[in-house]
Amino acid sequence: MESLGVLLVAPMNAYLEQELDRRCRLFRLWESPADRRDEFLRAHAASIRAVVPYAPHGVDAAMIDALPSLEIVSSFSVGIDRVDLAACRARGIRVTNTPDVLTDDVADLAVGLAIAALRKIPQADRYVRAGLWKSKGDFTLTTRFSGKRVGIIGLGRIGLAVAKRVEAFDCPVNYYQRTKQEHPSYTYYPSVVELAASSDVLVVACPLNEHTRHIVNREVMEALGPKGVLINIGRGPHVDEAAMVAALIDGRLGGAGLDVFEDEPNVPEALFGMDNVVLVPHVGSATHETRTAMADLVLGNLEAHVAGKPLLTQVV
Amino acid sequence: MAPSPSAAAGADAGKPLVILPGPLFPELAAGLDGRFRFVLAADADEGTAAEARAVLVAALAPVSADLLGRLPKLELVVATSAGVDHIDHAACRRRGIRVTNTSEVFAPDVADYAVGLVVAVLRRVAAAEAYLRRGRWAADGDYPPATKVSGKRVGIVGLGSIGGLVARRLAAFGCVIAYNSRSPKPSAPYKFYSSVRELAEESDVLVLCCALTEETRRMVNREVMEALGKDGVLVNVGRGGLVDEAELVRCLREGVVGGAGLDVYVNEPAVPPELFGMDNVVLSDHRAVITPESIQGVIDVVKANLDAFFSGKPLISQVQL
Repeated sequence: MESLGVLLVAPMNAYLEQELDRRCRLFRLWESPADRRDEFLRAHAASIRAVVPYAPHGVDAAMIDALPSLEIVSSFSVGIDRVDLAACRARGIRVTNTPDVLTDDVADLAVGLAIAALRKIPQADRYVRAGLWKSKGDFTLTTRFSGKRVGIIGLGRIGLAVAKRVEAFDCPVNYYQRTKQEHPSYTYYPSVVELAASSDVLVVACPLNEHTRHIVNREVMEALGPKGVLINIGRGPHVDEAAMVAALIDGRLGGAGLDVFEDEPNVPEALFGMDNVVLVPHVGSATHETRTAMADLVLGNLEAHVAGKPLLTQVV
Repeated sequence: MAPSPSAAAGADAGKPLVILPGPLFPELAAGLDGRFRFVLAADADEGTAAEARAVLVAALAPVSADLLGRLPKLELVVATSAGVDHIDHAACRRRGIRVTNTSEVFAPDVADYAVGLVVAVLRRVAAAEAYLRRGRWAADGDYPPATKVSGKRVGIVGLGSIGGLVARRLAAFGCVIAYNSRSPKPSAPYKFYSSVRELAEESDVLVLCCALTEETRRMVNREVMEALGKDGVLVNVGRGGLVDEAELVRCLREGVVGGAGLDVYVNEPAVPPELFGMDNVVLSDHRAVITPESIQGVIDVVKANLDAFFSGKPLISQVQL
């Protein structure tokens, strides 16, 4: 695929960039200054047939309009909420993502965040590093994780992987999803509020779309309650962030473990001072092993497209 | 709630006598209130010491050969901990003194914490947290990729009640489990290694869940850490003494091992200060065992062991010394 012009919208993975550079005609969008990107796109519009975006840097309608030769968007992410799917459909542009390969990582982190939030693992680490164990005695008492009721919003690939893990901690699993699917060992709730009211830990694991934006609102957080813990490894806009900050400040919500935020990389400063939250910078799939597997999937989709073979993971 | 000799002579007369090497913590004192006649070892006169048949050890107060020697009729030492390395095993064995522990009660909390540390070290949760809280995500960009948990080979040292739960939990993460213990457990579906060095060689993560004894002291030495390797991670929720701590610090500094999750140390609450600046370690204050749920469990098990002993019934959680 030496002749394929590929636009990489941001630096996302060194191996992917190196392979694209080796196998295709690579255009690096970030190498042109932000105010001259339209010019850059115009100059290369005839050559760019593929775009590789990832979670925070998507492909909007304006970019699609600017690229008349665009045939395929091969996203370096499973979530494609930053890709204008309607515009792609209208133009017959194909869209692929990187499902499955990151499922384990995201589920591992979801459970890791739940344990970290309930047992205050980073907080204890800070306490010991500050020398406070020696000078002030033991850090605070924390709640048990095993046996807690875990509510999962969206029992898809990631949700099921979370469920399988927490079952090994003897946690009863509850779930909500828009279209009910039978899972004999898990308990279905017809609404997120009812799910939250019956759970100690609420995990957001659904895709982001118009039905799920702010699916965790004030009412849901109050149903989860002052001892409840919210885990978000989905997307920031799943949660009404302002309402969450207020609920955490007032103690209406017990705690949170957050990998995603509404306006990344900006995180509400009010959270920085809180000791009942664990905050990580969107690292759900950020492992060497998974990033390489995701890169191979992006490359495999582009190669299949050029060769006229079926795409590996087509969304549109 | 501190017991006093005057109370012992008054309202507590007729209740079973229990000697305390150190004061009880408030929840335990409240949970056992009114059932026994407690006397602090330091306050026990020769007559009281001569009739004592049971000792209750709160936390990790040492039960030395000296103390045991003062109690000629002693038959039982009830520990409130999972590990019983603070109790003189040789003296107990020699005199046929039975020892009970609470590892079943602590097992879920310790196992949870061990898994939390495995994820936190491999996925750099504490370091990524610190990066974000210092505002560096917005200023300096994405945090670099870490290491996958799922699929890693996990070696568990000590497949008792705690190690068994760690194994079950990490198996659900898709990890491949192997173990080392004094003898193979026929019922365990995991591969057995007779030496810790061999287990370390075949593992990406080594989790220490065994008791501290003369055989296990400093079992994780430089050789074991070299076998674990530069990408390997050591997690210790057992006892600090299981690891050659100075060597561990050196190995972490030199990159001989990749990282560590440590809840226990040799001289608690002292932690080697060299660890404070490392972002490939996650530290905590010997807290894996403690939650309100486990404290309630301890009270129940201690009560049940003492009641069983004083009514001549089998003990609930006797330790093989």
